[in-house]
This record gives sequence, structure tokens and C-alpha cells, in this order.
Amino acid sequence: MSEIRLVAATGMLGSGFREETLKRAMTLNPDFIGVDAGTTDAGPHYLGCEETHFSDSAYKRDLRLILIAARAARIPAIVGSAITAGTDNQVRHLVRIAREIAREEKLSFKLGVVYSEQNRDYLKKRLRERRIRPLANPPPLDEAVIDRSTHIVGLAGAEPYMEALDKGAEVVISGRSSDTSIFAAMPLMRGFDPGLVWHAAKVMECGAASVVLRKYPDCMFAAIGKDSFTIEPPNPDYRCDPVSIASHNLYENGTPYELVEPSGVLNTYDAKYEAVSERAVRVSGGQFTPAERYTVKLEGAELAGYQSIIIGAVRDPIILRQFDSWLEGLVRAAKERILAVFGAGIEEKYRFDVRVFGRNAAMGRLESDLSIGHEVGLVFQVTAQTQELAAALMKSVGHIAVHFPVPEYSGLITSIAYPYSPAELHRGACYRFNLNHVVEPDTPLEMFRLDYETV
Amino acid sequence: MARLWQVSKLIRSKNAGPFELTFDVIFKDREIYEKVRDAGLINAEWFARTYQLTPEVVQIINYDAASAIKITIPRPTISGDVDDTDVFGGQQHGPLVDLEVP
Repeated sequence: MSEIRLVAATGMLGSGFREETLKRAMTLNPDFIGVDAGTTDAGPHYLGCEETHFSDSAYKRDLRLILIAARAARIPAIVGSAITAGTDNQVRHLVRIAREIAREEKLSFKLGVVYSEQNRDYLKKRLRERRIRPLANPPPLDEAVIDRSTHIVGLAGAEPYMEALDKGAEVVISGRSSDTSIFAAMPLMRGFDPGLVWHAAKVMECGAASVVLRKYPDCMFAAIGKDSFTIEPPNPDYRCDPVSIASHNLYENGTPYELVEPSGVLNTYDAKYEAVSERAVRVSGGQFTPAERYTVKLEGAELAGYQSIIIGAVRDPIILRQFDSWLEGLVRAAKERILAVFGAGIEEKYRFDVRVFGRNAAMGRLESDLSIGHEVGLVFQVTAQTQELAAALMKSVGHIAVHFPVPEYSGLITSIAYPYSPAELHRGACYRFNLNHVVEPDTPLEMFRLDYETV
Repeated sequence: MARLWQVSKLIRSKNAGPFELTFDVIFKDREIYEKVRDAGLINAEWFARTYQLTPEVVQIINYDAASAIKITIPRPTISGDVDDTDVFGGQQHGPLVDLEVP
């Protein structure tokens, strides 16, 4: 076979794509449809407690169109990192949605399921064997971290997908995997050059993100040949040019020249990007260097505490002119009140933070401009070991804060505008990413479990 | 004197995973990119000063294929942690926008 044709349904399952674009993409005779369903963009919450980033309705809408198109063309549909963090329960949830769709649309297929959640004893064993290594800027790791994580997933490479496809899976739903592996598996199975395959997969995994101007999420199409791959958006309103495709290597990647995968590193130092039409780009020259040791990246989340917050705004120029000292006094008074109500020892059971919108709320300690304007927004934030405690502490903070005085005024003032009644909002459990490490397994499959069913 | 935003088609910041933060400046054309690149205008010392960091943690990468300069730093706090201010890392590029360029 001289060419393999890939369709990416969208950059993330549930974010949507145009039905007519997928129809048009299907006229290009793709060999499979892939779609990434995961992200860490939105933070640790989704790995921490397994909520999904989009609604069931959004997942079902996208997956329905993908499954109908794939079954009609008798080609595989491959979904990775279901659905958000790639935990086992999130995978099971998307499998249930797939079954519902199959029933409603009278579809039948062999389903391969890849589970990516990690066994704690296995990880501890590898840690003791020094076969877990830190990546950039890692938090400290010991066995206690593994124990207190609510969920730990491993990022699968292409191999579990290849295994499922090899066993005849017509639809694959996988837990956490590298985004590119979803698109690399089938081309690698068919023997295409790994440099081209991984480079094409990197462009494809974000759907239409690599077009010149992405107005809404949509599908993407690529054809990998012997010496190059060509990428062309199936939506006629979209176009790619060499710079838009080259620029995509910059996106959410620390370097545009290297992409680390479980089985090796793609480097694009010698890549060439050439326009083949007003809308399509031919890419060549990406090199894949196999790793000496296969590695599986870990993602973990642990409970950071429970939070209550209060949102407020300050407009009085007299307060704003002495904002720093006023706020400092307020924080001190709030902590003293908490100590008076809850007794000694309480200071070790909570953390009190204030965010100042209009000063450095976006950039925190990276901000060098600490000037303020005609009003500031405040978020008071209490983090404690239980929600009950966080809520109770916040009630004390709220009352102290709203009447905190300035020396210029005599009499009781109300110094903060609270937009809500009650002022306190309860955020529930908050999580923290606690791993930036890779494991060296014996084989690419040993950290993943595969399961098959006929739907 | 032009400002960086006037000669760029995109200035952005974004997480590169939950532990790193990356900034992209994609220039409108090759000529101005090469001018800014060769003048060393966006360098580790300047960036560190602007973002209250030490220059050793600032990685500057010139990317000719897209006429772009990338800056990557460790995230000051893990994405979504209790003291994080920007979970996606998308609003950290502000101080770059009005940089004066020749």
C-alpha cells in the first residue's frame, strides 16, 4: 500500500465538529477515524474525581456521528484518553455511551477497550527498582505519594492500540494515552516511516487547530505516503499553509523541534513544509529516533483539601489608596478571629489566600506591575481538610472582611461589595497534580489492560 | 518604534503540560523575525527580569520554520494547585505584547 489516509474528527471529543465536514472527509476514503478525548488543560479536577470535561450529550453527539461514519465505511474508529483524564471509570462511561449509540443506530462492531489506570503495588515496585524517573520540574515522589493519589494513569503509546486493532477491534476506546498514539498506531502497523507517522500524528491530534484561522473546532485530513505526508482540511472554508502547519509544533509543547513519545523522540529540525495548493501542505523530513528504553509517562492527582471562597469588590478610593495595608490588616484580623473561635492549633488545619483581581490575579508572582485602578476584585479562599471546616472558617472571614475599617472614617463601614447571598461559595474537593515522572516497563503493554466485547 | 504585537500574528502563553509554561511569538514575516532574533531582543535576562525569575530557568528557542520565538519556563506553581492563578496558563504573555522592537 502506497498511502494511508487519516481523519481526525476534532481536537477533543465533545468539543464538536461539523457534520457536513465529516461527510466530506469520508468521501476522501480514509483508512480510519481517530479522535483524542482527553486533556490536562483544565487542571487536576478531572483526574482527581473523574468528572468529565464535557456533558454526556456532547460526547454522545460527536461519538454517534463518528461511529455511524466509521461503520458505514467499514473502517476503525479510535478514541483515546476517554473521557478527559482517561481513568477506568471514564473509559467505562464512554463504553456505555457507545453501547447506547449502537443500540439506537443498530450498529454492530467488535470493541477493543484499553485501560490505563495504574496498580499501586506495581508502581511501588518500579519505584524501588529505580525504574521511575522524574521529568522537568517534578514534585517529590515516594511511596506515600502513590498511596494518597486518588487516581494514577499511564500514557499509553501506540502499542496497545496496535494490539487491539491486531485482535480485530473495529472500534477502540482507550484510557489515557499520548495524543499522537491514537493516530500513529495504524500507520505504524502498515509499515510507514515512523518520522512521517509521528509528525503527521502530532498535527492531526488537535483536529483543525493547525489551519490558518480556526473559527470553530472541526475535522482534519492527512495522507501519509512513502516520503512525505500531505495535510488538508476537509472543511472548504479552512486552509492550511506551511507556516500554520509548522507553527502547530509550538502549541502546548516546550520545544517545537522535539516530541517525546514512549517509544522514542520525533525531531523536526530538518522538516520541510511546502504548499501543494492554496489549502494543502506537504511535510517531509521528520526523524524518529527510537528510545533506548521504552517509557510510560504517569499522571496522578491527590486531594489538596476542600475550599470555600468569597467574591467581593472594593470601589472606595480611600480604601484603594491604602489598599496593601488595609488588606494586610484584614488578613491579620481574619486569622485572629479564626483563632479566637476555633482555638489554638487551628492554624495548622487551614490555609487562607486572597486573590486580588485588578492587580496580579492573572499572573501572581510573575507580575511586575502591581498598580491598581478604580476598583479591585477580591477572592478570599479558605482551604481546609473538610468542607465543613472550610465553610465554618469562611463565615468568620466574611464578616470580618466586609466591615474592615480604614482610619479616615469613624463609625461602622461596609468596605466590600459582595455580589452574592450568601457570600460564601463552596467549591468542594480540590485536587493537585502530583506526578511528572516516567516508568520504564518491561514491555509496552505491561501497564495496560485490554478487553474485548461484541457490541 | 513598533510594538511586538504590531509585528506579530500571534503572541500567546499556554501550559506545556501541568509543570511547564510556554510562550510563543509568531511574527508576521521572516524579515522582522530575523531582525528581532538577531538583535537578541527576547533574551533570557530580559525575560527573567520581566517575570521575576532567574535567567537559568528561561529557555529561549528560535524556530525559523514558523518565524517564531518560543520561551519555556517551569510553571511557578502546578496547574490547578491551590495557589495557581491560571489553570490553562493562557494569560501570562501580557508583558510581551508592548515590548518595543526596532
